[in-house]
This record gives sequence, C-alpha cells and structure tokens, in this order.
Amino acid sequence: MSQLEAILNGIFAPGLFTSEPVRVAFLVGGAVSVVSAVVGVFTVIRGQSFAGHSLGDLGTTGGSGAFLVGANPLWGFFSFALIGAGAMELFGVRRQQGRDMATGIVLGAGLGVAALFLYLGTVERSTTGATITILFGSMFVIRASMIPVFAGLSVLALVLVGLLYRPLLLSAVSEDIASARGVPVRAIGVSYLLAMAIAVSLSCVTIGAILSTATLIGPAAAALRVTKRPGLAFAWAGIIGLVVTWLGIVLAYDSYYWPPTGRRWPVSFFVVALILSVYLLSDLSSRLSARRVAARTTKAP
Amino acid sequence: MSATAKARDGREEVLSLEGVSLVLSGREILHEVSFAVRAGELTGLIGSNGAGKTTVFKVILGLEVPTAGTVQISGRARQRRNRAIGYVPQRVDLDPDVPLRARDLVGLGIDGDRLGVPLPSRRRRQLVDEMLTAVDAQAFADTRVGQLSGGELQRALIAHALISRPKLLLLDEPLANLDIRAEQGVVSMLRAIATEQGIAVLISAHEMNPLLPVMDRVVYLAGGRAASGSTEEVVRQDVLSALYGHHVDVLHVHDRILVVAGKDEAHHDEAGTSSTLAPRGLG
Repeated sequence: MSQLEAILNGIFAPGLFTSEPVRVAFLVGGAVSVVSAVVGVFTVIRGQSFAGHSLGDLGTTGGSGAFLVGANPLWGFFSFALIGAGAMELFGVRRQQGRDMATGIVLGAGLGVAALFLYLGTVERSTTGATITILFGSMFVIRASMIPVFAGLSVLALVLVGLLYRPLLLSAVSEDIASARGVPVRAIGVSYLLAMAIAVSLSCVTIGAILSTATLIGPAAAALRVTKRPGLAFAWAGIIGLVVTWLGIVLAYDSYYWPPTGRRWPVSFFVVALILSVYLLSDLSSRLSARRVAARTTKAP
Repeated sequence: MSATAKARDGREEVLSLEGVSLVLSGREILHEVSFAVRAGELTGLIGSNGAGKTTVFKVILGLEVPTAGTVQISGRARQRRNRAIGYVPQRVDLDPDVPLRARDLVGLGIDGDRLGVPLPSRRRRQLVDEMLTAVDAQAFADTRVGQLSGGELQRALIAHALISRPKLLLLDEPLANLDIRAEQGVVSMLRAIATEQGIAVLISAHEMNPLLPVMDRVVYLAGGRAASGSTEEVVRQDVLSALYGHHVDVLHVHDRILVVAGKDEAHHDEAGTSSTLAPRGLG
C-alpha cells in the first residue's frame, strides 16, 4: 500500500487532489476544454480559425477592461467576444476577403485598447500578475463561486452546437445546397458565431486570451485527422481536450518539485505543448494510414 | 415560332416556367423564359457560360424571385423549403477536413436541413444503403467526401439529392470536370433515374453533345432568352439565329451537333446547306 502510495506520489505531487483550487481547476478547466474542443470542430470545418483567434484577442480587450474596473474578467471576455462576433458579421458578410480584412481591422483596434487598459490597470494597482492572468490564463485562481456561471455557459454552447449540427454540416458541404433546401444559412452562421464567442470567452479565463485559439482549434484539428465520421470527430475532440487539460494541470502541479524547485510552471504552457504534440501525432498517424491505403489500392485504378 | 413546348402527352408537368424575366441591378438576366419539365423525362438546359443557366436554377429553387412571370412546381406556386426538388450544384468546394463519408453525405439528404443531431436507426441505414446502390456508390461509401474523385462525388451528391424522393432533380453542369468515362456513367445513370423512378430531370450543360443520346427535350438558353422543344425542333439554324439575335450555323458532324456563330454573309450561305442535314443519333 505504501509502495503504491509512493508511486502515486511520484506521478501526482502530494496534495494534488486535496487542494480546493486544484479541484476547481480540474472541474472548470476540464469542462471548458471539452466545450471549446467540441465547438472548435465546426470552426475548423468552416475555416473560421482566424475568426476564432480574433474573438480571443477581442476578449483580451474586455478582460483587461474588466480588470481595470474591478469586475470579473469572464464578463469582460464574454461581452467583448459577443461584440466582436457581431462586428465581424456586420462588416464582412459573404465575401471571404472582405471578412478577413474587417476581422483584421477590428482586431488590431481591440488589442490596442487592451494594451491601454492593462497599462492603466497595472499602474493603478502596481501589480503585473493580472496582465499574465488575462493574457495567459490561470486555472488555479478560478473562484468556486463562479462554477455555476461556467456550467451555464458551457451547456448553452453545447446545446447550440447540437441544434446547429445538421445545418452546419450541410452548409459545410455546400451553402448552395443548404439554402436551396431552405436552411437560413446566414442565421445559422450567426448562431454558430455565438457558440464560438461563448467557447472562446470561457477558455480565455482558463487557458488565457492569447492561447484560447489553441484549445479551440488544436483538439478539433487532431480529431479530424484520426476520424472521418462526424459523430466520432466531436467525441474525439472532446476527449483530447479533456485529457490534455487534466494532464496539463497534473504536470503544472508537479512542476513545483522540478529543478529548480519552488517554481510552478503555468498550466497553459503544458496544455498548449500537449495539444501540439497530440496534433503532430495524429497528423503523422493519418499520413501513415493514407500511405497504407494508397499502397493497397494502387493495383486497381 | 413558339418558344414554349406544350404538353403533348399525359406526363405530368412537374416544373413549368411561364414568361419568367429577371432584372438584377438594372440588367435583364432572363427575358420571358418559358418551358416545362415533365415526369420521367430528361431535359437539357443548354447554353454557353453566362447564358443564364445558373440563374434559371436559382429561380426554380426560389433563391431569386423573378421580376415577372410564374414558376410552378406540380401545378402550384413554388414555396421555400421545397422538398419536391433535389439539387446538385455546379461547384462543391469540400474542405478535405470535413468529417463526412459518402454515406454520411447521402444521409444528410434525408434531414440535413433540420435542427438537432440525427439518431441512428436501421431504417435510416437501409435507406442510405439503397440510395448508394442506386447510384453505384457502394465501393466508396466509406471514403471521406474530400477524397472522392469528381465522378464519385457527383454520384454521392446525386444520391444525396434523390434520397428525399424529389419529383424534380436539378443538376447544374454535372458533366463539367468529368473525364469521358465518368461522364458517360453519370449520363446513363441519370437517364435510368428519370425513366425508372419517374423523376423529372433537368441538367444544365454548356456542351449538349454528351446529352444528345439521352435527352428527351432541350431548353436552349442564349442571352437570357430560351427556346424549348425536342432537339430537332430547337437546335436549328432559324430557331437559334432568332434566339441569339444574329446568324448562327448548326452543323451536324457524324452524330454530334456544332453550333457556330456565323459572322458574315459568306458563312450564311454555307449554313444554308449544312442545316439541311438531318439530325442523327438522337434518342
């Protein structure tokens, strides 16, 4: 028994499961990762990675504004991501290039304002920790009282994606077919943008505004490499998102005991590093299996 | 010369356009286009690029509202979300990442326009399998749609359009980007679908020759105007010259028909002789 305990303590640093902030991190971080990854599958399919990234950047503006006035950053992230989504929809509809430019312009302005807010905030409170928290997140400082809010927004995003599932898939095949069959393609797109804004603002808190794209796109992209079935793609994305986040938390907690001891590395670093590794692995495995299929089918044209 | 083919037999007019005109930002795209498409028949909508073929489809699908004229589906004014129409667009740019197999694409034909997640059922699987067999797509049923060849994707899209049992099947340039073998396969399959399932099939094409052996009727579009009827009635020097508003020659070479713009009087004389040749090889 003591031997098992020793092994467990070797993997999971002592106190990992008894600490309240860590339990909140497991719960909220895990849930947010699953939501972000599931929503992200359609982001990848629809080629909206850039829009997803800009929602995060705009969230930075809101989060830093909330920090300046002393409000909970989540509301700042969320309201600005919503405003950003609305602005993107208004500025450039339909035309891919117009949309890209509109997004870029809104984005640059948002980050500029974020820089101002963070500067004013740190000068006023003479603390730099908030800047790190806004930009790179911190799962260990989420208050347990916020759990119901996270849960509510998570459920809302998942319900939206579930509702939009078939029309979004059909639109991904062809918007022409979708609108010919009476799907309100634009309304569907706007509703999806809402789901994306929720997912991004949630992960702004956990993983950080700058890194929120990683949890949105990474697990989804990896999932799409390993499966060609729509249902499984969402399941895989969710599982990958959950595993990398939990593993990231464990590693971050462990890192306190790594040399040089006494410094805890940020969770976000581990999560993003794990996402990159999973993506590279899945890409490699899909290339290998494609080669196998090619070798098998070369005999018949 | 009548541009409208009236019903000459008992076959139901699944689609009829009467005097449809469409003006978009001051430009007249369609001018009094009238034609009918009947159950069990295969009709070719022929015209060069920019003649208005895709616009005609948009009007039929209700995506453009005609400035004048009426569109009727089975004798009734068309409605949005019309399940009586199956549609295969000209270009489908599939992201290779889209997690759909050919069979999932066909399944989306059943209920892809509804909200929510589809529940798997034996009935659903059977229906999809039936459709895949009907378009000879079982061999690539489990292939990712982004990896299908042009001909394979075309078959999957046709199955997708057919699975909701439409009365009218619209295909926008289905033969573009297909090699000759795939082209013949798709053409004969569409012929069989029209005949066996009694579906009205309307195919647009800029090149009519691949369709000549299977086409029951032709709608010829030029400059937003249309002439329709059998190939013999429509693809003639006088009819097409009137349609184009300038002289064209209709040349029969073996069993192919070539429509050539005549530029001067010399061409006009030559055209007089070539147009007397009887059309051949028409189904």
